Amino acid sequence: MFVLILGGGKVGSTLARTLLAQSHEIVVVEQERARFDQLEPELGHRILLGDATELYVLERAGIERPPDIVVAATGDDEDNMVVGQLARERYGVPKVIARVNDPRNQAHFDLLGIAPTVSATRAIMALVEHEVPEHDLVALLELRRENLEIAELVISDGAPAAGKRIEELQLPESARLISVLRGGEAEIAVGSTELRPGDQVLAILRPGAEDELRTALVDRRGLATRLRR
Amino acid sequence: MNAIVVGCGRVGSALARKLAGEGWSVAVVDKDETAMELLPDDWRHPFVVGHALDTSILEEAGIESADVFVAATGGDNTNVVVAQVAKGRYGVEAVAARIHDPARAEFYADRGFELVSPTRTAIRELAAWATGQAA
Repeated sequence: MFVLILGGGKVGSTLARTLLAQSHEIVVVEQERARFDQLEPELGHRILLGDATELYVLERAGIERPPDIVVAATGDDEDNMVVGQLARERYGVPKVIARVNDPRNQAHFDLLGIAPTVSATRAIMALVEHEVPEHDLVALLELRRENLEIAELVISDGAPAAGKRIEELQLPESARLISVLRGGEAEIAVGSTELRPGDQVLAILRPGAEDELRTALVDRRGLATRLRR
Repeated sequence: MNAIVVGCGRVGSALARKLAGEGWSVAVVDKDETAMELLPDDWRHPFVVGHALDTSILEEAGIESADVFVAATGGDNTNVVVAQVAKGRYGVEAVAARIHDPARAEFYADRGFELVSPTRTAIRELAAWATGQAA
């Protein structure tokens, strides 16, 4: 596979090393001279110095072949968006993966049709929320292309779902429960699984069904009361 | 008419001043507050400090009621992305972006917003002047 990596920072260079170790063909484009000099002894002819949003730089890096995958991993979101548009629309690259540095820019990536995207900050936030005991619903994984997400909910004392079997719940059409984690043991959620306070439930749902799912399982008002105590 | 000018450099500040002189209401956005020094001392229009990709900054500048939007920061990529946000997300009627690189200007042509490439203009005018010397 030929992967073109734009940006030789921590993300880009680590990705380059990993792909090289798996015998893939790679080219990295880095615009800062100092960083380029650091990486050049290791990557040799596989790294180019230049601005990855300049068409002639992309073309020297082999974008016209085109690569199987272009990874836009610079530290600048505007650059990643422009490179994403160029790669897909001008050069017909079949797959573009873009790094989102500031999660607030996610909507702009979506608007310009650049997907999939990866945001380290967003991923870390989800893991932090996962560790906070009082959360009600945490989006753990977004499958944007599939238009699905995986979320975690915690069943609290007095939640509408506590003490009920899954088949008795009024779940939204566009949500299903996957598994129930209780006392460190996970089991697959089936109709006869009974939910208890403290259970951590994984659900798969269409984005937008979060509120309905909350109402069916954990009830936000119940949670607010518990937090005030 | 309501206009937003993003980027208060030599071009942005002079453009804002010109439009204000025509009686328009003009909001200027720049990430650097010292850029305001390029505007006249008696500037009475909004000057919003922040990054133009931040939607709260655009909304504070009044993008929802803007008739004209100009992206004139020093960064080509910032300008074309912000222009697409103004057009695609907020539906601003008239949007223009300044872009130095002629190759990227060509790629972004015909997307519903105006592209102004000073480099292309300079090349054209200098070539016309130089070839005119032979006559």
